[in-house]
Amino acid sequence: MSATVTAENKPAPPPVERIKVKVDGREIEVPKTTPDWQGKPQATTMLQACAHAGVDVPHYCYHHKLPVAGNCRMCLVEFGTPVMDPATKKPALNEDGSPKIARSVLPYEPGTPRGAIACATPISPGMELYPGSPATAQMREAVLESLLINHPLDCTICDQAGECKLQEYSVEHGQAASRFVETKVHKPKAVDLGPRIVLDDERCILCTRCIRFTKDIVNDDALGIINRGSYNTIAAAPGRQFDNNYTLNTVDLCPVGALTSKDFRFKMRVWFLKETKSVCPGCATGCNIIIGSRENVIQRLEPRENDAVNGPWMCDSGRLDYKWVGASNRLKEVLVGGKPSTWQTALSEIGSRLVTAAPGSVAIVGSARLSTEELFLLKQLARKFDAITDVVEHLGEADRLLVHAEKAPNYSGARITGLAYTEAGINLPRIRAGIETGSIKSLVVVGEDLVAAGFSSDLLGRLSLLVVSDIVPTPTTSIAHYVLPGCAYAEKRGTFINAKGRVQKFMKAVEPPGTARPEWEFLHELVHQVTGGNGYSTIEGLFNLLARELAPLAGLEWSRLGDTGVTVTL
Amino acid sequence: MSLSIPAPLEAELDELVTRYPQKRSASLMFLHTLQEHFGYVSPEAVEWTAAKLGLAPINVFELVTFYPMFRQEPLGKTHIKVCRTLSCALAGASDLRKHFCEKLGLDAKAHVPQTTPDGNFTVEFVECLAACGSAPVVLVNDTLCEKVDASKADSILAEGKSGGAQLRAAGTLSK
Repeated sequence: MSATVTAENKPAPPPVERIKVKVDGREIEVPKTTPDWQGKPQATTMLQACAHAGVDVPHYCYHHKLPVAGNCRMCLVEFGTPVMDPATKKPALNEDGSPKIARSVLPYEPGTPRGAIACATPISPGMELYPGSPATAQMREAVLESLLINHPLDCTICDQAGECKLQEYSVEHGQAASRFVETKVHKPKAVDLGPRIVLDDERCILCTRCIRFTKDIVNDDALGIINRGSYNTIAAAPGRQFDNNYTLNTVDLCPVGALTSKDFRFKMRVWFLKETKSVCPGCATGCNIIIGSRENVIQRLEPRENDAVNGPWMCDSGRLDYKWVGASNRLKEVLVGGKPSTWQTALSEIGSRLVTAAPGSVAIVGSARLSTEELFLLKQLARKFDAITDVVEHLGEADRLLVHAEKAPNYSGARITGLAYTEAGINLPRIRAGIETGSIKSLVVVGEDLVAAGFSSDLLGRLSLLVVSDIVPTPTTSIAHYVLPGCAYAEKRGTFINAKGRVQKFMKAVEPPGTARPEWEFLHELVHQVTGGNGYSTIEGLFNLLARELAPLAGLEWSRLGDTGVTVTL
Repeated sequence: MSLSIPAPLEAELDELVTRYPQKRSASLMFLHTLQEHFGYVSPEAVEWTAAKLGLAPINVFELVTFYPMFRQEPLGKTHIKVCRTLSCALAGASDLRKHFCEKLGLDAKAHVPQTTPDGNFTVEFVECLAACGSAPVVLVNDTLCEKVDASKADSILAEGKSGGAQLRAAGTLSK
């Protein structure tokens, strides 16, 4: 293992030539090329140049991670290009010596300014962009008016309200009143597009983001535009379902309220949600997510963009796998001998029993669902008692996009801390054999159901000490001498290290139920009690401590992880 | 219902593919040929075409819904296309279509093609049939009928009811 810490795995790209353009009269220098949706360098567009100048150009169909379609026309911007003197082939100059600029105009009506779609128009040296001009404002107003012609304007009951680009741009660029007195075209409502998606065709502005996403990103050409003219409708083929493991990303992509999630539909006005940055615990990819919660209940998960991990996407199975966090069967209290007790009683009893255990008679089984800090603390316990350790392996199917075969977020953390070896689970048969022969008498299990992992209840019953922490009751907790209620990832802070070595922190969104506590808190107390050594009682201090002790993490600090993490060499 | 494509038809379609630089370019010709054979383009025909040309079914379905000449349901035996473009509109195409509909018990207010429950007639508006000089015109199956008034309309319907055998032969209807 090397101690190199890099921000990215890729080498730095070669420097890109820069050209000068003016945005609303201000000269800026921008790269001549910019990576497109696939990361290939392409001529920088007017929209990207405006972004360099800190000017937002409104848009619907453009998305930086999708092929450019240029169909919504919302990003129209007035522009001008330097005039060339045909005789000298040099830029023509005004009397004051400044370059002469020809503003874009309609070819058949030279008095009328003509815009270009900023998302698809490359910039050229000396070009002037006028995103703040009256002509640009007029174009935006006209495009919005056109997009709203057949829109039902049902914001009062629309799920997208509060995060809708139609609403936002209407406030910024639209008209206060509608001039439309004709009858609106009615289109299909509440179309069951697939098992997780409902489509309202009347709200759709036909930007085709969903079509391009499923075709070009997921490779499932499932959606299209059927019918003609003002009857244009997004649809799947008859008898076909829009059903791949990434469909819910179209709900995020949809700039309006057309595509809605069956899971989140009509559940909550989005402005009531508290947003917490976190990491999906579903597999070893570690997609960055935002947990939307209200009054201590998780309402939805959304992807959070991180180009080093998941881009702006996440899989449907990960996104919908959050209901267990607030499940009613969660473990809420400490149990000693099956009876409710207190943390103080349980931890001091466990501590004193472990301290008197014969060397080598203790085994510890952790979980790749635990944070790196928790795995590190378990390893410290193991070191003290010379205990054999492992984590349970959970394998499943992988795909070509985001889903990893390892179905827990922190196998890399388990390996780096040394709680697991190169292959997770290879020590479990030895632990099982040790219990059988009686050489292992005490077992600490955190976050796994060993009965499901092939340890019979009878076998576990032979142990003189079985300490189990979990978040829900399992066959293993039911026979434990001590049951310690732990926390879901959304109820604590910590770090996961993904399969590629990305160290990422996750934050606390909701409170744990009852007296359940984050594992790192009570493990820290236990380590402190049995080793007598002083540790850190904050997650920041704990991470900084383990980063100093574990070679692959050398040089890292909690504060340096930022929101999107740091990649280390595994 | 599964689609049964006779061997000669499939050979004809396979030959169509060879005429284009890309397979998918044959989509429209496929749909025309299948519609000619089956009378309409069924969902099975869409799936079959897509599989044959290496496309997703939605790509073919987009074409079927875009072009009005593709039918997604079987048509009546006598297909009456009433022109509604300018000359015919001025010459009473709207009343003419209404006349057809009322005689056949169809909804004259509906904008989509109307087929009688017995499957004998379909009435619809179409765009210019390129016979503006003799408006209003009607295309009955493949026969052009010009200057169609109420009585000519009635004889078209009578012909249709009698099986339409004389429709093509009777030159009277085309003048």
